[in-house]
Amino acid sequence: MKKVINVPEQVVEEMLQGMVLAHSQYVKRVDGFEVLVRANKPGAGKVALVSGGGSGHEPSHAGFVGRGMLDGAVAGAVFTSPTPDQVYEAVKAVDNGKGVLLIIKNYSGDVMNFEMAIEMANADGITVDKVIVNDDVAVENSTWTIGRRGIAGTVLVHKIAGAKAEAGAELEEVKRIADKVIHNVRSMGMALDSCTVPAAGKPSFVLEENEIEIGMGIHGEPGTHREVLRTADEITDHLVDKILADMPLAVGQEVAVLINGLGATPLMELYIVNRKVAALLKEKGLHIAKTYVGNYMTSLEMAGFSISILKLDSELKELLLAPADTPALVQF
Amino acid sequence: MSGDLYEVISAVGETIIGNRQMLTDLDAAIGDGDHGINMARGFEAVKAKLQTLETESDIGKVLKTVGMTLISSVGGAAGPLYGTAFLRAAAPSQGKTELDVETIGLMLEAAIAGIKERGKATTGEKTMLDALVPAYEAFQDGAKTGKSVIECLELACEAAKQGVEFTKTIIATKGRASYLGERSRGHQDPGATSSYIMLKALLEHLRR
Repeated sequence: MKKVINVPEQVVEEMLQGMVLAHSQYVKRVDGFEVLVRANKPGAGKVALVSGGGSGHEPSHAGFVGRGMLDGAVAGAVFTSPTPDQVYEAVKAVDNGKGVLLIIKNYSGDVMNFEMAIEMANADGITVDKVIVNDDVAVENSTWTIGRRGIAGTVLVHKIAGAKAEAGAELEEVKRIADKVIHNVRSMGMALDSCTVPAAGKPSFVLEENEIEIGMGIHGEPGTHREVLRTADEITDHLVDKILADMPLAVGQEVAVLINGLGATPLMELYIVNRKVAALLKEKGLHIAKTYVGNYMTSLEMAGFSISILKLDSELKELLLAPADTPALVQF
Repeated sequence: MSGDLYEVISAVGETIIGNRQMLTDLDAAIGDGDHGINMARGFEAVKAKLQTLETESDIGKVLKTVGMTLISSVGGAAGPLYGTAFLRAAAPSQGKTELDVETIGLMLEAAIAGIKERGKATTGEKTMLDALVPAYEAFQDGAKTGKSVIECLELACEAAKQGVEFTKTIIATKGRASYLGERSRGHQDPGATSSYIMLKALLEHLRR
């Protein structure tokens, strides 16, 4: 294992310290917890949004704490859901009396820990609701799953629900919008190479030279199948096909696109993928209203990427294009 | 806390810590490769917490502390599941300083009910329940025929061991391994394995 770390046990702690130092105008630490919240808590009357999950997905999730997106983010151990007490602290720190919405990615551990936090917060009289993101179409066809996984599409949920909350909407409205995004976003990824969890010290899986894994999740967990490396255009074609097979779109439909790097993929390659995605969508008569290309939901140093497509209507489009000012996403 | 109770929990914890790599390797094959790491971190935290409970003799209170500590230190799916299991097992042992066959049966029953509820899971889905439920049933069979605690636990351990073997033959339908579908067959479940080795550690300690 070759990593720029000090000791595996301290990676999350030291990362959080570094993040706060780098982005002190945006975020501050909840003392004693692996929780970052906005440096300036919004005034009363705003529903608060909290997301989180295992660490190793940076800039998710703390990178999206700021105006127009999240109010707080909880960082678990690498690829491990944060514990209920941590989520509970985040909820307490951001609550403004108007309720808190938890944005959870659909993994059994995350759902259980966040639900236990909701029980703890409810016992305190704090109104907390949740949405569960499940955008990954790779596992959709299996009757043995507990449902789809949540991957990069989660960032679009942060963005749009965040804009809605910033506009002063009530908790149930913010939840409705978040669920609408979840209902209309699909993603699928692939990996060229594995990643190494610091505490494990060795790669989570091994791919042969020239071999890729299709349907990769974001925790180094194996995908649906392996195949021989093909061109960027061919891989992109396959992923877009799978996404659109799951969510057929009519000619003239407006969409947003997120080309997400998993950590070790050069931006050059992400742009090459985006070029093909744009061409494919144009061929199908779809209009791209907004494109994001970059590392939004990574998987440590995994090489690979995911494509997310969000079906827009006027409401979602307006909220997507609304301003955001966070460490990892700034738009005006 | 009585020296014996302290030693039993320590023995279980040391077994988990000692099998950190094995559990992690099992998880790497069909999950996200962190089960051993997370469980070891949890039982390190339990070990530290036990030092503060030296004067506590109530088994229920100690188990409750173990459960809360696991919940706040393990994370993942194992944290809420094992944490809930210990919390639930604490109820029948509340106020007790010694355990008999009947109480242990109730504790196992409560722990399993907690895991089922929290994980929305049942047997046959390639989870810890595939070790724990047969273990509980075997334990109760022993209890019905008037066997001792150790004899009942021997039966339970054997059943848990077979349960772990059984998980090799089925596909996962809960947890991250479920995404693998058929590819999960042939691998033994890390959660069932950790449950088995905890029971085994308990038995081995009591035999001494």
